[in-house]
Amino acid sequence: MPTDILMPALSPTMEKGNLAKWLKKEGDTVKSGDIIAEIETDKATMEVEAADEGTLGKILVPEGTQDVAVNTPIAVILADGEKAGDIKAAQPAAQQKAAESAPPATAKADAAAPSAPEPKAEKAPAAPAIEAAADPAIPEGTEMVTMTMREALRDAMAEEMRADKDVFVMGEEVAEYQGAYKVTQGLLQEFGDKRVIDTPITEHGFAGLGVGAALAGLKPIVEFMTFNFAMQAIDQIINSAAKTLYMSGGQMGCSIVFRGPNGAAARVAAQHSQDYSAWYSHVPGLRVIAPSNPADAKGLLKAAIRDPNPVIFLENEILYGQSGPVPKLDDFVLPIGKARIAKTGKDVTIVAWSIGMRYALEAAEALAKDGIDAEVIDLRTLKPMDTETIVESVKKTGRLVTVEEGWAQSGVGAEIAARMMELAFDYLDAPVARVAGKEVPMPYAANLEKLALPSAAEVVEAAKSVCYK
Amino acid sequence: MPAANATASAVTDAPAPVTPIVEFSKEQDLSAYKTMLTIRRFEEKAGQLYGMGLIGGFCHLYIGQEAVVVGMQMALKDGDQVITGYRDHGHMIACGMEAKGVMAELTGRAHGYSKGKGGSMHMFSKEKGFFGGHGIVGAQVPLGTGLAFANRYRGNDNVAVAYFGDGAANQGQVYESFNMAELWKLPVIYVIENNRYAMGTSSTRSSAETNLSRRGVSFKIPGEQVDGMDVRAVKAAGDKAVAWCRAGKGPYILEMLTYRYRGHSMSDPAKYRTREEVDKVRTTHDPIDIVRHRIVEKKFASEDDLKKIDASVRDYINDAAEFATHDPEPDVSELYTDIYR
Repeated sequence: MPTDILMPALSPTMEKGNLAKWLKKEGDTVKSGDIIAEIETDKATMEVEAADEGTLGKILVPEGTQDVAVNTPIAVILADGEKAGDIKAAQPAAQQKAAESAPPATAKADAAAPSAPEPKAEKAPAAPAIEAAADPAIPEGTEMVTMTMREALRDAMAEEMRADKDVFVMGEEVAEYQGAYKVTQGLLQEFGDKRVIDTPITEHGFAGLGVGAALAGLKPIVEFMTFNFAMQAIDQIINSAAKTLYMSGGQMGCSIVFRGPNGAAARVAAQHSQDYSAWYSHVPGLRVIAPSNPADAKGLLKAAIRDPNPVIFLENEILYGQSGPVPKLDDFVLPIGKARIAKTGKDVTIVAWSIGMRYALEAAEALAKDGIDAEVIDLRTLKPMDTETIVESVKKTGRLVTVEEGWAQSGVGAEIAARMMELAFDYLDAPVARVAGKEVPMPYAANLEKLALPSAAEVVEAAKSVCYK
Repeated sequence: MPAANATASAVTDAPAPVTPIVEFSKEQDLSAYKTMLTIRRFEEKAGQLYGMGLIGGFCHLYIGQEAVVVGMQMALKDGDQVITGYRDHGHMIACGMEAKGVMAELTGRAHGYSKGKGGSMHMFSKEKGFFGGHGIVGAQVPLGTGLAFANRYRGNDNVAVAYFGDGAANQGQVYESFNMAELWKLPVIYVIENNRYAMGTSSTRSSAETNLSRRGVSFKIPGEQVDGMDVRAVKAAGDKAVAWCRAGKGPYILEMLTYRYRGHSMSDPAKYRTREEVDKVRTTHDPIDIVRHRIVEKKFASEDDLKKIDASVRDYINDAAEFATHDPEPDVSELYTDIYR
């Protein structure tokens, strides 16, 4: 059967083009790969190569024709033994029709021809609901051990490394130096240099190497000395770690934890003081955790290491030395995606996480003295976000304050405010107030740095304003 | 344009092989011919379907470079891993992935390798050891180094092959990877497919050192240039690199001197080089023609036998195209699946 050569689409957006020139004439032999014509698009002049072999039987669209629609038959190729007379008379008509009406994706030569699916006005299905389990009940009489956040994180890694040979930790100074912030202290001695690996200063490279190892089935814990340096590696975190499961249709996932201190430390200036909570929690495919105390840090890091997805685990340098009670259990694991009510109250809800909890709890104490009973929610996981716990609280208090160290624009607080507008609008008695880092690069001077960061006093002020007091 | 002329002559004047070429057996020649032809016919068909609006977005064809991936694959064994960039259709076919599934992914249909959610640049097969299909230039290099890391961690003798182009060879993460791979003696072969043009910029205009096999020198990684248009030369160099890696000696660099006949992607008119340059390579150095002539000359097969192979390849590709153009689009419920597991 004679084969039509169709007006090709030569770019993702091309719908029509000009047939500038025929380089073969009727009767010429055509091999696959031969240039047969030149087509002008809005961007360039492109050469059209033949994909079929035979003789150029008939040219249907003469050179110089303008605005030929994509998929219009422009010529016919005859195979061995076929004659020009075999060409169906209907072809020029089909050409006319295609040129007149058909958009490229729907042009059809006949009913049996392959076709691009017609774009339908399909409605996106609802996003699946997120359900997280409640915290496991801690048996009565369980001994509580006081330890620092640093020790809790170390214990979480050590326990998971004992349980699973595929878990290893890598990063700058994690082994012989015992961790730049001593979070990996003792791990080299217990697990050896095959599983506790000092890397060169090469964030982009070792983050990508970690993702590759995870694609091969290992479970890396990649420590960034701080998340400020992870901007060097963010392409591998987002484009390779977060998206591969989806891009592979579920075939190839990536179980990996990226952890390290996030946000401001003290007097380290703009390039070492950024909070990335909003950046990572923007990305589908990532889980983002930001604990505020040693028990949550331990339970959630263990969960993160076991999770089959890429997890961003945001720690805080100032909190590393903070002590708190951690239940002494063989396997204390907390659910990812579940907020914790740190203090119940009825007048105003304060939502915070990580070091923001310090300001929130201090503010709640001060507010109590003024007769305002604040409920404080520790979000713990930023993605997936436990919206339900916030909604339930707002239903009770009618007022909401968010606290974060990051900048306000497009921040996590902005996201919470938007969700409350969508889901709890009728319960709000005042606009949501956001306490956030000031929109400046972090200054070095002590007084300016203090001003740039959120404070308990600002949380108190915001809470009073939403209570109209 | 002087730069273009310089590269053209570099193509036709392949370097003297560092690793001696070993003649192929009849089976090897026929197998290489068939796989290379399958890749070429697949790509021609993909170009055709793109022209009909059945394939969308970006589509980077491998035509001209077939000997590289086919020769390398002949040097590998089951369990070895392959990873590459976005010019990836040839790698998938060579790894043994089905043309149907690859083509259906190109058309964005339900039974594509990624259920239609990845497209031309993003396909994977755990079963065949193919780890993608990556769209950010150079990103596959640390990822491939990580595959090799996993082999070493597990103590097996598998080798990872990370393919990238002359363009990606100027990305910083490539050198971060080189450093760690040699430092930790990881079993990874870096195959630089030097097809002369990083999109539209010839290597002489983008690279201070155009002998890319030397790019590992400051990391103590051995490297050599290979005539990437001769599948036997590729296989011989591949065997040598694989043996080096399996012996625990660390990474190896193979710079494959090759050439792409088509534009960078379907929407590239390729005005940065002359038609004569392309024609010269096609007529004098075509990797498939070279094997075909050798098969006839050595009487491994008759013209008739070869025509039968050609016809069977064409049927296989036509079936794939037929499947890929009639397979349904993914169900709308797929929108929210495979984000987490």
